Amino acid sequence: MSFWNKALTIAWKDVISEMRTREIIISVLVFAILVIVIFNFAFGETREMLTAVAPGILWVTFAFSGVLSLNRAFVGEKEDGCLEGLMACPIGREVIYVGKLLGSLLFMLAVEAIALPVFALLFNLPVLSPELITITVLATIGFAALGTLFSALATNTRAREMVLPILFLPLVVPVIIAAVKATGLALAGQSWAAMSTWLYMITAFDIVFLVVSYLTFPFVIEE
Amino acid sequence: MNVRNILLGCAVALMAASLYLVFLYVPTEATMGVVQRIFYFHVPLAWVAFLAFFIVFAFSIIYLWKRAEKWDVIASASAEVGTVFTTLFLATGSIWARPVWGVWWTWDPRLTSALILWIIYIAYHLVRTHADGGSRGPRFAAVVGIVGFIDVPIVALAITLWRTQHPGPAIFQGGLAPSMMLTLMVCLVAFTVLYALFMLLRIAMKNDEREIRRLKLTRS
Repeated sequence: MSFWNKALTIAWKDVISEMRTREIIISVLVFAILVIVIFNFAFGETREMLTAVAPGILWVTFAFSGVLSLNRAFVGEKEDGCLEGLMACPIGREVIYVGKLLGSLLFMLAVEAIALPVFALLFNLPVLSPELITITVLATIGFAALGTLFSALATNTRAREMVLPILFLPLVVPVIIAAVKATGLALAGQSWAAMSTWLYMITAFDIVFLVVSYLTFPFVIEE
Repeated sequence: MNVRNILLGCAVALMAASLYLVFLYVPTEATMGVVQRIFYFHVPLAWVAFLAFFIVFAFSIIYLWKRAEKWDVIASASAEVGTVFTTLFLATGSIWARPVWGVWWTWDPRLTSALILWIIYIAYHLVRTHADGGSRGPRFAAVVGIVGFIDVPIVALAITLWRTQHPGPAIFQGGLAPSMMLTLMVCLVAFTVLYALFMLLRIAMKNDEREIRRLKLTRS
């Protein structure tokens, strides 16, 4: 099997397991919608106010629900001793990283694909534009690239639910800033050119941390 | 005389010289007044904080590559000293900002990157202490040290683009008077020597701890 076939097999295993247990997507989705609703109460005084804070609300929601689903990414592997099984396979550790990354990415995108229309509905905003979908996909790749590395790391620590957000959130600050800015411009109906700086920023982050995580991941799941 | 005593002597002499230069020799800055003197401590603290972070990054890579515990000892010692210096430089910066900018804190690129740097240092220690046993602590910490070091410049860039309207601190625009430059340079050298001294002490202490653990294990 080629590198990609192996990685896709691992991702597919996660998808099957998720379809049978429905552990991640449903609960994370409920959480995401709850965050949106709570923010609505926190800021929802006027229409103008909501439009101003909408990009921030959207990205805080995605970052928090991302942490939640990433927290689960390696728990199943750890609890049932599956990680040992994966590591006993005649495949590189990098393949495990890419496979788990694809799985997490898929779950996060699935949650976002449902949360975005709900957000659009509740806040009365035109979020289903090609611009916004591009921003969401790019930023989620960044979340998943760094998140998969830290999720594997956090699973092997005590108090893992705490370690992941403490590691993950400060480091994805650039993605959150760029995504909030680009989303603001997209919601204001600006052109691609206006938000290009921010899209480049997220893309650069994605590439840098895909490479760095790919290289450092083998050291995290060594034993 | 070993290296440590020589460094200790140098650090004491340089610190005394710095104190003299900062409080007696250098003239008071015209617009900011006496509070500007904190600058001569603030900038060296920041320099050492970033230097320490670079050392963490470099020795984390060497540790993951070579797998000898001595490299991890250097990285972790540097992270400890770096955390102290980062805390101090955030504090001195805040004290300086209050009278000069009128606020304790502003989301300026430099300040925010420093804050993120500080949080990464905290996460570094947290991961090390929370990892369960074996070589996991050092390995996880090394990964955080590497990823964090690469992240900080990206944070700085993102925030620079985000807050383009912020004026740079006045001190970096006009250049410094020769007397101020001299004071700053002496302080920079003094704090760098202090960092080296702290590093030697921490590394020696950590090696002793390791040795004691090893002895205890062989006896029992």
